[in-house]
Amino acid sequence: MHKLQLPISEDAIRQLKVGDVVSISGVMMTARDAAHKYMVEEEAPEVADYLREGMIYHCGPVVKKDGEKYAFVAAGPTTSIREEPYQATVMKKYSVRGVIGKGGMEGKTLAACKEFGAVYLSAIGGLATILAKSVKEVKAVHKLEEFGVPEAMWVIEVEDFPAVVTMDAHGDSLHDDILAKSKGTYDKLLGD
Amino acid sequence: MATLAEHFLELIRRTSTNLPPDIIAGLRKAADREGDSAAGTTLTQMLSNVDQSSKGFTPLCQDTGTPIFYVDYGPDYRQKGITEAIEKAAVLATEKYYLRPNAVDSVTGKNSGNNLGEGFPSIHFHEVDENGIRARLMLKGGGSENVGAQYRLPDGRLKAGRDLEGVRRCVIDAVHQAQGKGCSPGTVGVGIGGDRTSGFTESKEQLFRMLDDTNENSELAALEERLYGELNQLGIGPMGFGGKTTVLGVKIGARHRVPASFFVSISYVCWAYRRGTMTLRGEEVSYA
Repeated sequence: MHKLQLPISEDAIRQLKVGDVVSISGVMMTARDAAHKYMVEEEAPEVADYLREGMIYHCGPVVKKDGEKYAFVAAGPTTSIREEPYQATVMKKYSVRGVIGKGGMEGKTLAACKEFGAVYLSAIGGLATILAKSVKEVKAVHKLEEFGVPEAMWVIEVEDFPAVVTMDAHGDSLHDDILAKSKGTYDKLLGD
Repeated sequence: MATLAEHFLELIRRTSTNLPPDIIAGLRKAADREGDSAAGTTLTQMLSNVDQSSKGFTPLCQDTGTPIFYVDYGPDYRQKGITEAIEKAAVLATEKYYLRPNAVDSVTGKNSGNNLGEGFPSIHFHEVDENGIRARLMLKGGGSENVGAQYRLPDGRLKAGRDLEGVRRCVIDAVHQAQGKGCSPGTVGVGIGGDRTSGFTESKEQLFRMLDDTNENSELAALEERLYGELNQLGIGPMGFGGKTTVLGVKIGARHRVPASFFVSISYVCWAYRRGTMTLRGEEVSYA
């Protein structure tokens, strides 16, 4: 188990390998479809500080409002592949060191991980209650009115957030490995 | 006396914060089989998440999906009143955080904020002779819905002809393409035949069957069993991390088709397989 504290250095990230189980603490930010489009097409100075040497969490949470305070109720990862067209640019532009989601990403993001020193981490899809409990505080929210609750950019402080490195900065991807292995069986099953 | 809307609210709460017993049993069996491995740990955490969600009344997955209702109603009820009760329950469930606000205007991109919108929630009515209501609810997340697929046979790429062997090839292809993206281990609902709409309807109907039941059609039962074994050989595993458990089950139904068309419609439901039933007879209400 690797304990990761955010913000995190490029050096520390480059030491991680596919299969490493990690526990993340510190400040990160949720971002999904609308947020990625926004971060690429416009400047996003209001979130730049959170992203530098930090991590993005692909998540559209259920959020409870208590007076002026927000709290995460359910917060598992969303499918990451939708951000494939944007992720490499976001990593470079905002010096992001890690992206957490589910299902994995493809070549463009894998190349960006290697070039800029970043990793892709998988959280367990649907693990919404457990992962929400690791969110200790909602520090800020951006674009809530415009994007709606699931798509807004939530700045959160997490403690011992569990994830697994599935794409590393050395060009390795667990998703590519599993795809290749399963393709072998697929060909056999569909063989005449 | 509880109102109809309150019964629907309770159905939503139960469905969003817990899993049916047959699915939990399926996940437990899979966790035992995988043992001490990444796949086993993943399944154990999934089960722990279900346990904590049901105790704290929190959604076990934040994607509470499209609420899809299938309502059988007797002569003592009207569709209009049932629709109003379901809509009221959806708004209340959103306020109580049992549902995430999930209804997005497809033209403007604006989230309605209360789970109401054009065709949202989705309600299918069926009139029956018996008084009362039997309402089935499925909360199906977007990730699993996105990996569903529809094939038109014959399919040259898959060498799939218009027979059950062709259907088998389509199902293997769809599950292989899904990899872990639909939150495996999933359950696969298959609709053979029909038209493009009714084929998908059949595939979703199949997902209301119990995981351990046996298809009444012996040919389809044999195909289900064969596919269950074959899909679990793919090695995709829980969340696509690798392992012996890629699917929990395969459920296949068939509808008559026009001679010119042969569709195979596939709906994939994630491990967080949220379905529930509320039955109302007079004042007697029960949930399953």
